[in-house]
Amino acid sequence: MKPRQQRMLAVGLALAGLAIATALTLRAFQDNMMFFIDISDVVAGEYPEARNFRIGGLVVDDSIEREPDSLEIRFRVTDTRCELPVSYTGVLPDLFREGQGVVAIGRLDDSETFVADRILAKHDENYMAPEVAEMLAKHAEGKAAMAARGTAECNPT
Amino acid sequence: MWTWFHKLASPPHFYRLAKALSPWFLVPGLALIAYGTFTGLFIAPPDYQQGDAYRIIYVHVPSAYLSQMAYTVMAIAGGIGLIWRMKLSHAVAAAVAPLGAWFTFLSLATGSIWGRPMWGTWWEWGDPRMMSQLILLFLYLGYMALRASIDDTAKADKASAVLALVGVINLVIVRYSVEWWSSLHQGQTILAEGGPAIDAEMLYPLLANILGFALVFGSLLLRRVRTEVLYRERRTRWVREMILSPQGQT
Repeated sequence: MKPRQQRMLAVGLALAGLAIATALTLRAFQDNMMFFIDISDVVAGEYPEARNFRIGGLVVDDSIEREPDSLEIRFRVTDTRCELPVSYTGVLPDLFREGQGVVAIGRLDDSETFVADRILAKHDENYMAPEVAEMLAKHAEGKAAMAARGTAECNPT
Repeated sequence: MWTWFHKLASPPHFYRLAKALSPWFLVPGLALIAYGTFTGLFIAPPDYQQGDAYRIIYVHVPSAYLSQMAYTVMAIAGGIGLIWRMKLSHAVAAAVAPLGAWFTFLSLATGSIWGRPMWGTWWEWGDPRMMSQLILLFLYLGYMALRASIDDTAKADKASAVLALVGVINLVIVRYSVEWWSSLHQGQTILAEGGPAIDAEMLYPLLANILGFALVFGSLLLRRVRTEVLYRERRTRWVREMILSPQGQT
């Protein structure tokens, strides 16, 4: 083997080894790499009890209740299978609305309500003009309809 | 083919070629950015949810693409330098690092500015996309620091090329972070399954800016490689002859 080919082989093998090592590490830390926990997992009891954690899902249509004379708000979040009630007091991001993806940071209280310290709005990958969005909404199915679906299919195991 | 390759690798030849090529990247690049930025900011419609705030993508997305492209150039150049011992290749790798670092910084800064009103946060520790992009910035900075800390150019070239190749792993992680794990960051728009998830009127200026940024990046890189080559070859005859020639420096 020529020295150049030896170097090529060395670089190739080193990179392959590194890739495998990284893949294994990331697999081992899969749960920690997740930015938020799915609602179904929370409902199934799979969440850290000792500390705050993040949940992610869509705000259920017609579920937002605002307390008069305060910044308190209550709504439900769904992953289209299970729902979880959330309460929060504070300022909401611009994108927060029904049918919108949100991330909430906080913990469950005794009555299985998620008490959020912070609410983040999650934007999706769709960009469109308002007229296009209106048109799509007319023959709607999509995300909002999914968010409206109840807990009937919730089957956390 | 191989003569062409060897000629390209010759520093004096590349030095002249880069000078001739640079404007051919710069002028169309600036024209595309002018078109893309004007159309994107003033003509494209507002977004149905974000209003005008989405228009930061005309800087954010090209910067993010280039932060990745610059790293790819750096790693490939480093690899070629290691395997084929090509000196010019190491000069390219050394020249591209600061450019990559700046585009990475720009993508992080614009993302953060957009995130504050839209997500409701400047920065989230633990988000896979944000963390991997921040690590990309640190890789660039570490690469430059490593180079600067070794006086012997040949040794610095080798050590930094190894670092660049190791960091390629992170490039893959940045790219797939929004698909493998849950993330606050949205998924792919332009490369979404089933075609771009963005209106054509918004998309064309964005594509123009991406291509424009890439061309200007190419032009800047050619200029930086020329400087790097000149410095590395400062003791050679061709540099001395060029500087002492009646036409002066070219």
